[in-house]
Amino acid sequence: MSALGTLFRRREAGILVMIVLFCLFVGLQKPQFLTLNQLRIILLLTPLIMIGAMGQMMVLVARHVDLSIGSILGFSAMVSGMLYRFDETAFGFNVPWWTGIPLSVLVGAILGFANGMLVQLFRLPAIIVTLGTMSLYRGLTFIISDAKQIDRQWIPTEIKGLSSTSIFTVPKDFPIAGGFNIPWIVMIAFGVAILTHLFLAHTRIGRQIYAIGSNPVAAPLRGINVARVTVLVFTISGALSGLAGIMYASRWGFVNPSNTGFGFEFQVIAAVVIGGVSINGGVGTVLGTVLGVLLLGCVAAALPLLGIPGTSQAAIYGAVILVALLIDRTVRQQGIVGLKRVRA
Amino acid sequence: MTAADARSTPSTMRDAAPARPRWQVLLIRPETMTFILLVLGVIAGSLLSPFFLDIEYILSSFTLYAEFSIVALVLTMVIIAGEIDLSPAANMALSACVFAWLQQAGLPIPLAIVVGLCSGLLMGALNAYFVIGLQLPSIIVTIGTLTLYRGLAQVIAGDKSIRVPDWFIGIDKIMIAGIPLPVVIFAILAVILGLVLGGTIYGRQIYQIGTNEVAARHAGIRSARIKLSLFLLIGLVAAAAGIMTASRLGSVRYDLGLGGELQMVLMAMLGGTYIFGGRGTILGTFLAAWLLVIVSTGMIVANVLPATQLCVLGVLLIVSIIATNFIYSRTQR
Repeated sequence: MSALGTLFRRREAGILVMIVLFCLFVGLQKPQFLTLNQLRIILLLTPLIMIGAMGQMMVLVARHVDLSIGSILGFSAMVSGMLYRFDETAFGFNVPWWTGIPLSVLVGAILGFANGMLVQLFRLPAIIVTLGTMSLYRGLTFIISDAKQIDRQWIPTEIKGLSSTSIFTVPKDFPIAGGFNIPWIVMIAFGVAILTHLFLAHTRIGRQIYAIGSNPVAAPLRGINVARVTVLVFTISGALSGLAGIMYASRWGFVNPSNTGFGFEFQVIAAVVIGGVSINGGVGTVLGTVLGVLLLGCVAAALPLLGIPGTSQAAIYGAVILVALLIDRTVRQQGIVGLKRVRA
Repeated sequence: MTAADARSTPSTMRDAAPARPRWQVLLIRPETMTFILLVLGVIAGSLLSPFFLDIEYILSSFTLYAEFSIVALVLTMVIIAGEIDLSPAANMALSACVFAWLQQAGLPIPLAIVVGLCSGLLMGALNAYFVIGLQLPSIIVTIGTLTLYRGLAQVIAGDKSIRVPDWFIGIDKIMIAGIPLPVVIFAILAVILGLVLGGTIYGRQIYQIGTNEVAARHAGIRSARIKLSLFLLIGLVAAAAGIMTASRLGSVRYDLGLGGELQMVLMAMLGGTYIFGGRGTILGTFLAAWLLVIVSTGMIVANVLPATQLCVLGVLLIVSIIATNFIYSRTQR
């Protein structure tokens, strides 16, 4: 098979084609969709889901699932938000603005570690454990926050700035792309994606995750410490959800015990699966996942442009997931040529 | 109800392991842990507050959970067959919206109900097409359709709520022998489904599909047909539950039953149903529904923060499955 053929037979090809076709379709009707400004809007819609998707992908590759990430996001964001609200009155000084970032990651890692230990120690199916901890962590978020929202004025300006400022902005009077910048949280999200790729593709433990997911019985026979890797995977997923938590505070400027992170797990799982990660473990790439996230971002950004009311957004999201499932399945079986048959 | 569970113990093996004592057989039944938790819940509740043991109060609070419980019964069968359906709560919302919108547009109510139920069937059929026809994993498919159905409900109803006529409101106020109608429906459906699952060939085939689908197909079981029937059934029942909710609340919004899929799965899991299929009973889910009601009303009576309920439910789920697994593996030696 030619190199091109191999490329087209990859799982990522189908999703890439979907993104291109979708953008062309929207761009033909509303040319402003294909502008840099719109690209920035799309990118700003994705970082939370992308960070969460990296963790979820690892968990899925190891043949588990983590339904608690939305609650972990909410809990860790709430802990950081409370620190910011609390610090002046309690310590008499302001904690540095960045403390929330390591704190959220740490809190998320602890909660994820708890998930992993439950799954590993008691040999429980992850879907049930994380269903349980999802409701447990959400309840804890209400309890620690006393069901009160962290309002805008408590989140440090620098944290909020992460989603509006950038290290580099194209000067305003530059002939092309004047004033264009990519905000920090988008850079962070892509940084996480690159690190995840390096980890999964080029380290021993990363490869072991695939081995466990492909054949959980054979993995320990080949000397893989399944317990350690499993707990690690859940811990990473938790830590990334924690990072997504502080990014939520940055992006939206508030933390609410009931809204923050609610439904996040469904969005993330949808993106990951659209990106071609198999729910049966052992299969999935960072590139595919990133593309899956971007496709959801494109759809979300295109709807208001096309004049589709916000109330239809969820329905279209659902339809996109189903169509992506269909296309992914066809591509997996017959390569991209299989699409011809679908269209005919 | 499931006599075959007891029969499958190795008491008939040739090398004559001694017959397992009866208490052990009872102990490893999936719903035993639920029953124990239920008893503990009742005891704890009555210690917390003297008003707790008011049976009327418990029955009337059950009506708040009755719709989810009814769907959870069917969901149990779907899970035993090795599939899962996360879309019924969204299905409830969409069918209720279809029903409410049609009756507002002037269609007579009985006709609107029929159309609502049909839309539920259709949603079940769509799930079945993706899962059975295209062989896609049901958990992913139903995450997609749950978004789709909820979204369509939002398209129909917008952000407003649709009222239903006054005479249609109040299914939970209708009493039959002192028991609210939704609870009666739940109990009757539990008995019927329990008999079907435990006492018919069809029911036993569901267990076989969940235990090993390939083997079941080789044994001549039409697994696709049986799964199709289950998806259609859960679609229909979810639609009925949605319309019941409309009658209880008096108006329909797109967020009717939001988050209900997790409660339904929680009920099935608490009832000892094994998430990967092949194990579980209707009795377990029946008891688990009561357990949920006892726990949440007990906590309301004891003036505990509603959020604490979430924690307790999560912990309950994990503890009950750890205990069931532990007992099960002990007795398997």
